[in-house]
Amino acid sequence: MIAMRDFLTGRLVPVLTILVAIVVIWYGAAIGLNGPVIRDFEKRAGETSEGMAFILKTWSQPKPTMPAPHQVAAAFWKYTAGVKLTSNRSLIYHSWVTLSATLLGFALGTALGVVIAISIVHVPALDKSLLPWIITSQTVPILAVAPMIIVLLAAIGVTGLLPKALISTYLSFFPVAVGMVKGLRSPDTLHMDLMRTYSASRAQVLWKLRIPASVPFFFASIKVAIAASLIGAIVGELPTGAVAGIGSKLLAGSYYSQTIDIFAALIAGSICAILLVTLVDITGRLVERRMGAKT
Amino acid sequence: MSTLPVISAKNLDLVFQTGDGSVHALSDITLDIEKGEFVSLIGPSGCGKTTLLRVIADLEKPTSGEISVNGTTPEKARLDGAYGYVFQQAALFPWRTIAKNVALPLEIMGLPAEERTSRIKRNLDLVNLTGFEKKFPWQLSGGMQQRASIARALAVEPDMLLMDEPFGALDEIVRDHLNAELLKLWATTQKTIVFVTHSIPEAVYLSTKIVVMSPRPGRIHEIIDCDLGADRPLDIRETPEFLKIAHQVRDGLREGHSYDE
Repeated sequence: MIAMRDFLTGRLVPVLTILVAIVVIWYGAAIGLNGPVIRDFEKRAGETSEGMAFILKTWSQPKPTMPAPHQVAAAFWKYTAGVKLTSNRSLIYHSWVTLSATLLGFALGTALGVVIAISIVHVPALDKSLLPWIITSQTVPILAVAPMIIVLLAAIGVTGLLPKALISTYLSFFPVAVGMVKGLRSPDTLHMDLMRTYSASRAQVLWKLRIPASVPFFFASIKVAIAASLIGAIVGELPTGAVAGIGSKLLAGSYYSQTIDIFAALIAGSICAILLVTLVDITGRLVERRMGAKT
Repeated sequence: MSTLPVISAKNLDLVFQTGDGSVHALSDITLDIEKGEFVSLIGPSGCGKTTLLRVIADLEKPTSGEISVNGTTPEKARLDGAYGYVFQQAALFPWRTIAKNVALPLEIMGLPAEERTSRIKRNLDLVNLTGFEKKFPWQLSGGMQQRASIARALAVEPDMLLMDEPFGALDEIVRDHLNAELLKLWATTQKTIVFVTHSIPEAVYLSTKIVVMSPRPGRIHEIIDCDLGADRPLDIRETPEFLKIAHQVRDGLREGHSYDE
């Protein structure tokens, strides 16, 4: 009972309060942004509407500048529950296309980041030579790099899932590499001295001390990395005229000014992000509990 | 007692180079420790007692002078697993249970699983921690954690224990108790123990030999024999013999300018 009440007052109420605030602001913005278009339309048609009638008009345009929440919700419902999973109109299908690229890219990026971090910690020369390049790699705008990667890979015959995944890798290896360098260096002098009294080899220090000590850093890093992977996959779908994926839905929506569809695709993307981050979070908690963390 | 000392230091010097000049941590240290002795290094902070212990353990390299451990260099002795080292803090790995913490050096030595299990059991029993195998370190009190770290050092089955103020962070009641246990352990295992402390009663109660050190530069002021016999109940600390040696140590510390500001 107490746990339930803690959950209600501690988590649910604050989150719902913000949600209500967002929805209220959203409806307000829809009036403000769609209003001028309707006024313009009415002037030409020689009519006027006032008060509630006018407000309701701003919330029910077929191609509004700013779709109202209920319009987005209806579209989202239609494209998830209302169509077959295999349909080209299904947001679940498109989400899955994007998610598979995200997960592949995330796995590659995490592996790459960990390997880079282990190398940096063990080879002092790499610390000085590699780290500046890694940081520089992230200052290049991904939107400019993504088409080049896709085009270059297509030129050597690599198409489909992998190019998109590689853009995810490009974005996700960075937080893992930086976080893991810090994590692998987190053991204090006392523990390092202890391992020295046992004459432990570098490999033993890595497996028995550095890696277990870096676990909290690892989960903090991959939480950022998995969100970045999703963005990478969506961005990878944008410049290439991809036929499937959340990115392609965003692009198609903007071609035909179907703002409601764009927002529905955005919501699908956000739900994917929330699911992924939550999954990482839960895995992290389970692992840390197994490793004796105070709960 | 064998004729060859287990630890032999001759004219040992160690100078640390730091950002703002050099620190003379050890100066002209000459000391022999025989097998089976319980030697305490005592002195105020900055007298080099921990540094000397770390040189024996090959955690620091001397700048000049000679030192041999088990008739060889400290480095070779370390690689041979000649000693178990107990730090000021328990230094248990928080992600390992107590049993797994004791297993750590045994895994590094590459011992087979049955041997590890029997050594874990035997040594946890020795420090009265049977029943706590599956607990994580944070679930134990400070004194119990330190006992676990002693079990971990003993599990290596070294001939020598190097202990750096192992009970310094514990309250006096727990410390008294652990001192008595340590003496019992020393009597049954016949190990050579080098023990760093800044407590006079602790040094006198435990040792066969007390090395009084003084600071700036860190050096040996005096070596006092402490022949209270093998059987030492806790209330030996009120006997005149005990107080006489304690007085001698205090005088030594005073002459070494340990009480100067």
